[in-house]
Amino acid sequence: MSSIFVLIILGFIVAVAFLAACIWAIRSGQFEDAYTPAMRILFDDKITSTEKTDSQHD
Amino acid sequence: MISTVRTDDPSSSGASLERFSYDNTIVKYFAIATAFWGLAGMLVGLIVALEMVLPELFLWDGIPILSFGRVRPLHTNAAIFAFVGNGIYMGVYYSLQRLCKARMWSDRASWIHFWGWQLIILSALISLPMGFSTGKEYAELEWPIDIAIALIWIVFGLNMFMTIFKRREKHLYVAIWFYIGTWVTVTVLHVVNSLELPYSMMHSYSIFAGVQDALVQWWYGHNAVAFFLTTPYLGLMYYFIPKAANRPVYSYRLSIVHFWALIFIYIWAGPHHLLYTALPDWAQSLGTVFSLMLIAPSWGGMLNGLLTLRGAWDKVRTDPVLKFMVVAVTAYGMATFEGPLLSIKTFNAITHFTDWTIGHVHVGTLGWNGFLTFGVLYWLMPRLWRTKLHSIKLANFHFWIGTLGIFFYCVPLYWAGLTQSLMWKEFDGDGFLVYKNFLETVVQILPMYWMRALGGTLYIIGVFVMIYNIIRTTQAGDFLANEEAEAAPLVKEEKSGNKEYWHKRIERKPAQMLFWALILILIGGIVEMVPTFMVQSNVPTIASVQPYTPLELEGRDLYIREGCATCHSQMVRPFRSESERYGEYSKAGEFVYDHPFQWGSKRTGPDLAREGTPKLKKSDAWHYQHMLDPRSTSAGSIMPSYEWLIENRLDLSMTADKIEAMQTLGVPYPEGYAEKATDDLRKQAEEIANNIASELEEEELKALKDREVVAIIAYLQRLGTDIMVDKK
Repeated sequence: MSSIFVLIILGFIVAVAFLAACIWAIRSGQFEDAYTPAMRILFDDKITSTEKTDSQHD
Repeated sequence: MISTVRTDDPSSSGASLERFSYDNTIVKYFAIATAFWGLAGMLVGLIVALEMVLPELFLWDGIPILSFGRVRPLHTNAAIFAFVGNGIYMGVYYSLQRLCKARMWSDRASWIHFWGWQLIILSALISLPMGFSTGKEYAELEWPIDIAIALIWIVFGLNMFMTIFKRREKHLYVAIWFYIGTWVTVTVLHVVNSLELPYSMMHSYSIFAGVQDALVQWWYGHNAVAFFLTTPYLGLMYYFIPKAANRPVYSYRLSIVHFWALIFIYIWAGPHHLLYTALPDWAQSLGTVFSLMLIAPSWGGMLNGLLTLRGAWDKVRTDPVLKFMVVAVTAYGMATFEGPLLSIKTFNAITHFTDWTIGHVHVGTLGWNGFLTFGVLYWLMPRLWRTKLHSIKLANFHFWIGTLGIFFYCVPLYWAGLTQSLMWKEFDGDGFLVYKNFLETVVQILPMYWMRALGGTLYIIGVFVMIYNIIRTTQAGDFLANEEAEAAPLVKEEKSGNKEYWHKRIERKPAQMLFWALILILIGGIVEMVPTFMVQSNVPTIASVQPYTPLELEGRDLYIREGCATCHSQMVRPFRSESERYGEYSKAGEFVYDHPFQWGSKRTGPDLAREGTPKLKKSDAWHYQHMLDPRSTSAGSIMPSYEWLIENRLDLSMTADKIEAMQTLGVPYPEGYAEKATDDLRKQAEEIANNIASELEEEELKALKDREVVAIIAYLQRLGTDIMVDKK
């Protein structure tokens, strides 16, 4: 059953990598705002001739 | 307006907007590939479904490249890696650019990725029907193709991470997290499970054997479902459902929790594919526990997807895009409820090895992956071509016939699985099996197989209609190759202040970190594994278990080539109903020389783990006739005939290499045995050919001694005999 130890180690390393990514994300403020990101994707970055954005949706 | 709010850059106020364009052409190509390979993969699926009910139909009877065992892997590979694979790339290339407010890092990388992946699919399309197979489910492709997959996957990863680096939006939307998780994990899975020792340009042996190979394979196999069919599609769900409904996701916070919870739990669910097998009990329990936990994040995400439509349900009534997405997410919910259920031993004892599993995975692929893909296509294509969908009516027709197709596909298979399993387990009052003949239980469920083929046909009709609808849409529209956009840059490069520099470094770190962690994992993994497996794993735990003879080894390779394991398991579970039917339950120590393991996951035919033991033994002549015409020995059998095994001469050119490869992997053949191997092989082959000739009283059958069929007979006669006390 040596393979399970390999898998445990690998799984652990992957988990640690993701944990580090998670901690980075939290520390760098990725999850501070849980509202705007969900809204932001609904708007396209169309070329705007004036300052005002047109929040149109095609 | 909200679109102008920038938490990271409040001072810019549009002064430093950058103009750039999104690459729509690559999205278009992946979309076409998705639809094309989807249809192809489903048609292959229909062929294998019909082969199960009409094994003797002239269209495939006696044609090696169309036999079930070779075409079934083609179907699964096409559905997973060609259809869903291209679907992932289509969705990622469209959404990632917009989420990062940046064009893909390199157009060239995009095209290498696209054509590379299509070439890989093409090589699968050629090599699988020809019988080149590693013998591991969902990882059948041989080693040169495995390497190509790894390289193209790295190109994809590079393109994705570099795009993330140069993004103009500081926040990584949750979909991107799902894409990153997918990439990192699939890389590890693919590399570890594809560790094999080549013995020719297109052949190899898994470096793992038996139980170990099974564990690695299902660690991979389950995570192929988790990280190829699920996480990237969840990313797509979190992007395309809000876009299609024009509503933000129900709870962004929940989506973050969904991602992290899923990513940490998913990877350990694999052993639930090996419940009641020779895998140590504690590893099985590990799989069960993690599988049960999975229901929480899965359902959290499913509800999050559905609730995104709160207040927009009226749109679902009219918009086919949303209809497809709603059924897709519902199917995700059903499949992820069923998954933990099937991972409970009590339930698994009934459903495992039956058609229930096939029904279960098709809720996932047809419902979740298929319908989400269709929804995205119906939403995306009119946008890329700047027009309206050609026909809402046809899209609605597709929706209904597709839904009906899923229903007719899955429900009969649940029924078939339950029926057959209960028949396998039924004892009469005197304690004997009621259905001693396995075939009785097969014939019983054939009507359900017919209904499954009908369901699949309905589903495919829907896909044809969709392709027509999309072609008409594109004809009416005007394709926009480069979509202009503008956004403020993330960091002001011209400022050389230390602060900015450090910010930038930190922002770049997660992806870099993931990349280097991965390289370390791979190096560490290989360093860790190679010695462990070479030395320890092959120490036999049962003294009487011996390596295969050269002829048996050749036969085993034919068994793998023909994909026998797609229908025949080699794993007697410790149930009375199984030991009564097949004999002594399987032990871990019996498989130590099995590179790769061939336990299988489905019993369309009976288990073969004890095929050579006195309880089940048939004569060599019986096997010969059974291969030539299965129905001559087993009336009503749905096994294809294997005439070509009788016509083909057994290729001995690689026998010595195979023995040497096995020795490298630690199988204890005597030193220098490779040279003597063919002599031993010929002797054993002659014996078998003589047995057949004398039993059938046909002198000319002695000529079979140099045919493939004797090798496969030798292997079958060997199966399960090693631990029999009365062997000698």
